[in-house]
Amino acid sequence: MWTWIHKLGSPPHFYRIATRLTPWFGWAALLLIVAGIYGGLYVAPTDYQQLDGFRIIYVHVPSASLSLFIYVNMALAAAVGLVWRIKLAHAIAAACAPIGASFTFLALATGSIWAKPMWGTWWVWDARLTSELVLLFLYFGYMALRAAIDDENRADRASALLAIIGVINVPIIKYSVDWWNTLHQPATLSKLGKPSMDPDMLIWLLMMLAGFMCFFAAVVLTRARAEVLLRARDQRWVRQALEGR
Amino acid sequence: MMDIPGLGTAFVLQVKRDLQLAFRHVGQLANPLMFFIMVTTLFPLALNPMPRLLEAIAPGVLWVAALLASLLAAEGLFRQDVDDGTMEQLALSPQPLALMLLAKTIAHWLITGLPLVIMSPVVGYALFLPRDAVPTTMIALALATPILNLVGGSMAALTVGLRRGGGLLSLLILPIVMPVLIFGARATDMAMTGVDPAGALYLLAALLLLAVSLTPFAMAAAMRISLD
Amino acid sequence: MLEARDLELWRGDRRLFKGISLAVHESELLHITGPNGCGKTSLLRVLCGLTLPETGTVTWKGRQVARSRTDYHSEMCYVGHRESLKADLSAFENLGFDLGLRREAGPEVVRSVLEEVGLARAADVPSRSLSAGQKRRVSIARCLASKARLWVLDEPYTNLDVAGREFVDEMMTRHLQNKGLVLLVAHQSHGVAGQTVRQMEMA
Repeated sequence: MWTWIHKLGSPPHFYRIATRLTPWFGWAALLLIVAGIYGGLYVAPTDYQQLDGFRIIYVHVPSASLSLFIYVNMALAAAVGLVWRIKLAHAIAAACAPIGASFTFLALATGSIWAKPMWGTWWVWDARLTSELVLLFLYFGYMALRAAIDDENRADRASALLAIIGVINVPIIKYSVDWWNTLHQPATLSKLGKPSMDPDMLIWLLMMLAGFMCFFAAVVLTRARAEVLLRARDQRWVRQALEGR
Repeated sequence: MMDIPGLGTAFVLQVKRDLQLAFRHVGQLANPLMFFIMVTTLFPLALNPMPRLLEAIAPGVLWVAALLASLLAAEGLFRQDVDDGTMEQLALSPQPLALMLLAKTIAHWLITGLPLVIMSPVVGYALFLPRDAVPTTMIALALATPILNLVGGSMAALTVGLRRGGGLLSLLILPIVMPVLIFGARATDMAMTGVDPAGALYLLAALLLLAVSLTPFAMAAAMRISLD
Repeated sequence: MLEARDLELWRGDRRLFKGISLAVHESELLHITGPNGCGKTSLLRVLCGLTLPETGTVTWKGRQVARSRTDYHSEMCYVGHRESLKADLSAFENLGFDLGLRREAGPEVVRSVLEEVGLARAADVPSRSLSAGQKRRVSIARCLASKARLWVLDEPYTNLDVAGREFVDEMMTRHLQNKGLVLLVAHQSHGVAGQTVRQMEMA
């Protein structure tokens, strides 16, 4: 087990595996997302209350789940990098941040598009949207700190620490925002993505979620590969890997 | 191995020295407090000195001003120690850095946070905050300002080595302390409307406990990275 | 006593040094020299435990420094480029604080050490009005008073006049006689004589 982890932690090995895995995830993502969009937009039944407006949840809910999922992943990778001093883990954490921020932004954008027909305004201080906004700030902070430190080693460790502090805070922020929201808007209109859903609707949502996951895996592997190459630019295996193509 | 003075001794020594240093510059001591008071005076000037309006926004103004004042103070928490090299000696002393930085933050709170708590009734009075809400606000501020200082300290330790840290620091601190603002302003609000604010105060107390137990280690780790 | 094995350090894109191994024993002075920017100061900081090396280990009395920081730091004293003095506090107050973290010692110990380094009369003025030489004496006094076995000195001669340099030399010599260890980074030669002095050149 440990030798396996150690082997995976070596950049050339990771690079080879990642190169091989990326297309698989990429194609799986494409198929799942195309199928999910088709199913979500044409096959799934219309919501009795929100009519066709609800269909945006097929993009909104997966982006929102991924935005959080990626943050947790980033913090885990950062913690591994910090504790065991594995540079590859730092590279993965660094690769995660912009993707996560994009998904957070997508979730916010789709949320506000959904809010327009539902509530008649582009922005509502809904609990979910607000915590999503704070999550976006957390991503921005992480990326800004990384960008502000020139030395790669220090940037890795400082931003890793920030990601860990952030991930401890995510549940607190979530809880506080929910708490704040229930006090102010006791009877909000039905929230995005109700927990109880028609199975006919749910299946496409799960498919979209799986598709988004695969998309994330493909992108993060690609970005991490680039990051690994950049960090090891003066080593021999990089030249071999690039010439071999 | 030599006999090292106990943790308590070192802790007290550090708090005492920071207070002593602060009192050598009494003028600067009042800066965050002045900032707090001035920001709150901006609102009646910018909006409308109508008592009913001011009363409605008082909790928000009070808490946002307190948050901004702590943000302002966080910038200078470790900067001087790092610049003059005393932080290096602290990191190389046989005492745990986490404890020493906690001591520094507590001294910092005594200088910048506590006056804010004490002055809050005056500011509240100027904003027509109902008298019933004042004790709750003071308790809530007394619980919240140390959290703000502790979180601010961790982030200040992360960015202290950077030449262009200014705006960055606020970007790092604000999302993290948002729950404190929510619970604090809510506590004041609840007391104003006659609801029992105990829930919000308990939540703040829980956050304070969490901050006291975790942030010293984060501060120490961050400081070691910054000194590297 | 102090041993470093196979140290490597990067700063950004640049490798400062690689494969550095060294050892300092009782009553020994290791003088590290080299051109500007070759990483002497960084090496010292790695040896102190301030900077994390890319690879390699530093051990003190056979134990890894990174794992037994308290023990190591209680026996080591570092004099860096900055004097680590609070400008608003006097030498006496500064030293009293530094010492208070390191060992149980009353104010009379601080007084006597300041006297020993020739600062009896300047002990109570704010350090901002001390001269460079006097500040350096306070730093040396910190090493003396903390009873550290290992002194790590980074360019201790900078900004000193002849008398100041002789003072540093004398203090190092005495420390070596008391079975102490000295790690010295200086681009000029020092005035400590004896067989226990070694030199290491960094490229």
